[in-house]
Amino acid sequence: MSVDKETVARIANLARIRMDDAALDRMVPELNNILAWVEQLGEVDCSGVEPMTAVIPNTLRLRDDVVNADPLTGGGVRDAVLANAPAPEHGFFGVPKVIE
Amino acid sequence: MTELTDLGIKAIRDGVVGGSFTAVEVAEAFNAAVAAANPALNAFIVTTPDHALDAARRVDAQRSAGETLGAMAGVPIGMKDLFATKGVQTTAASHILEGFVPPYESTVSQKLWDAGAGMLGKLNLDQFAMGSSNETSYFGNVISPWRRADGGNAPLAPGGSSGGSSAAVAARIAAAATGTDTGGSIRQPAAFTGITGIKPTYGRCSRWGVVAFASSLDQAGPMARDVTDCAIMLGAMAGFDPKDATSLDLPVPDWAGALNADLRGVKVGIPREYRMDGMDADVAASWDQGIAWLKDAGAEVIDISLPHTHHALPAYYIIAPAEASSNLARYDGVRYGLRELPEPGSGSGTSGAGLQDMYAATRAAGFGDEVKRRILIGTYVLSAGFYDAYYTQAQKVRALIARDFERAFERCDVILAPTCPTAAFGLGEKSADPLAMYLNDVFAVPASLAGLPAMSVPAGLNREGLPLGLQLIGRAFDEQSVLNAGLAIEQRAGFNAKPETWW
Repeated sequence: MSVDKETVARIANLARIRMDDAALDRMVPELNNILAWVEQLGEVDCSGVEPMTAVIPNTLRLRDDVVNADPLTGGGVRDAVLANAPAPEHGFFGVPKVIE
Repeated sequence: MTELTDLGIKAIRDGVVGGSFTAVEVAEAFNAAVAAANPALNAFIVTTPDHALDAARRVDAQRSAGETLGAMAGVPIGMKDLFATKGVQTTAASHILEGFVPPYESTVSQKLWDAGAGMLGKLNLDQFAMGSSNETSYFGNVISPWRRADGGNAPLAPGGSSGGSSAAVAARIAAAATGTDTGGSIRQPAAFTGITGIKPTYGRCSRWGVVAFASSLDQAGPMARDVTDCAIMLGAMAGFDPKDATSLDLPVPDWAGALNADLRGVKVGIPREYRMDGMDADVAASWDQGIAWLKDAGAEVIDISLPHTHHALPAYYIIAPAEASSNLARYDGVRYGLRELPEPGSGSGTSGAGLQDMYAATRAAGFGDEVKRRILIGTYVLSAGFYDAYYTQAQKVRALIARDFERAFERCDVILAPTCPTAAFGLGEKSADPLAMYLNDVFAVPASLAGLPAMSVPAGLNREGLPLGLQLIGRAFDEQSVLNAGLAIEQRAGFNAKPETWW
């Protein structure tokens, strides 16, 4: 399978990366080279093989059901959470207008 | 007298504990070495001499008070700039995270500070750890301290993605460094620069606070002068962390204490599929030499087969970008990092720039070309209609690769292979062709896909005077066998070459 400029533009839009015409033109052959190369996976006989879901078998744990089990990732740290925001406003994350 | 900067982890720790020198003396020596070398090597994105000195003062005070010192006491290390460090900029070598100052410390770095280590600075790397030459960093290339023995001064790649780590340890401006390995990012740079590095079993080291690339593959590990130093530092980095859902809830073995280069009774597998057509003659010769060394150490060497080796790299280049496209969705210009607001009118149909325009402009400005390439590949292989053909098929092939290793380890205890297909290449030699760059990791990626512990140890120099590494791969959870076989090679290789100080 290969991709054309229109497809790359659609993927870029899905990935939320703005790309102008020149960038798209550059990207099309690069992506096609990579895709043509990974195509060889199709030749591997995978009948009866389950896709891997975990590389090292592990059991999923539940943490204790308590408030602020880990103070670092719990609540009450608004200022720390906002400290790196590019446009915080009034104790919130600021974003451009979403609704006209 | 030996320069303090010539010493590795064990020598520094033992010297500080024994009173041969103080931790502050060591920190000052390394701080000075970093300041002298970094303008030429660009190994550090930021330096933190005060962090190293403060840690050293604490260690010296602990010693004066008669307290027991940690395993890394007084050892100044470099921290790959993928680990969140409280109060110190953490960028993943990207523009989008430039200026990001974490209000928290990653689990692995905290464990190292708790063990008595200090931080010389944050080490350069390929952007978001995507690359094999350190040429995708927003903060410029790292220059390898090594040069070819042809009298030319062509700058060489230190490998990647942990290229700042490898360059700093090889140049003797850090006693050791942290690395992370997603598809060879510890082992390949270690091999390129004549140092030692181990990626432990997936889940040994917590990923909490490590900027994510491909979460099912990312694993931290030490990069150091020798096998013993790696064993000590890995012991300080590893351990269960409830904050990482994939962290292994297992005790951390005393790897350093159990090191044993006597390989009698150990079976070493030599994977025939790794001996590829047109293989570099020096690499092939060093592999044969490695086999002879392991036999000399008492090991029995057997031929094994890993039939899906050839498909590991293409599977990796579906799985890793797929995970990356998901992980990197978090860089949205809202919560942290860069924000780009396009000029009004450039949006689609609205008078001012909207949220979607801001996302797209921010990510266009904040990510480098290789990162964009991988996000696009990942987005494509996960998109409706292509998911099964690409992603599901790759995960099936990944299961087959893991099964190959399981079957091989029914017959052997550890696997020996080259780390890389060639020695270090020159900067710019491969950067124009992403595929040629990817092929560098052909020997490293299979162990990553299977989550297995794997290590690179220096084996010797090639005809150009550049280091070559040998790779040891072990069973899941069996870092000890990997370290032991690595030690047997190290003792026989007697590798003591180091780059000339030209900076």
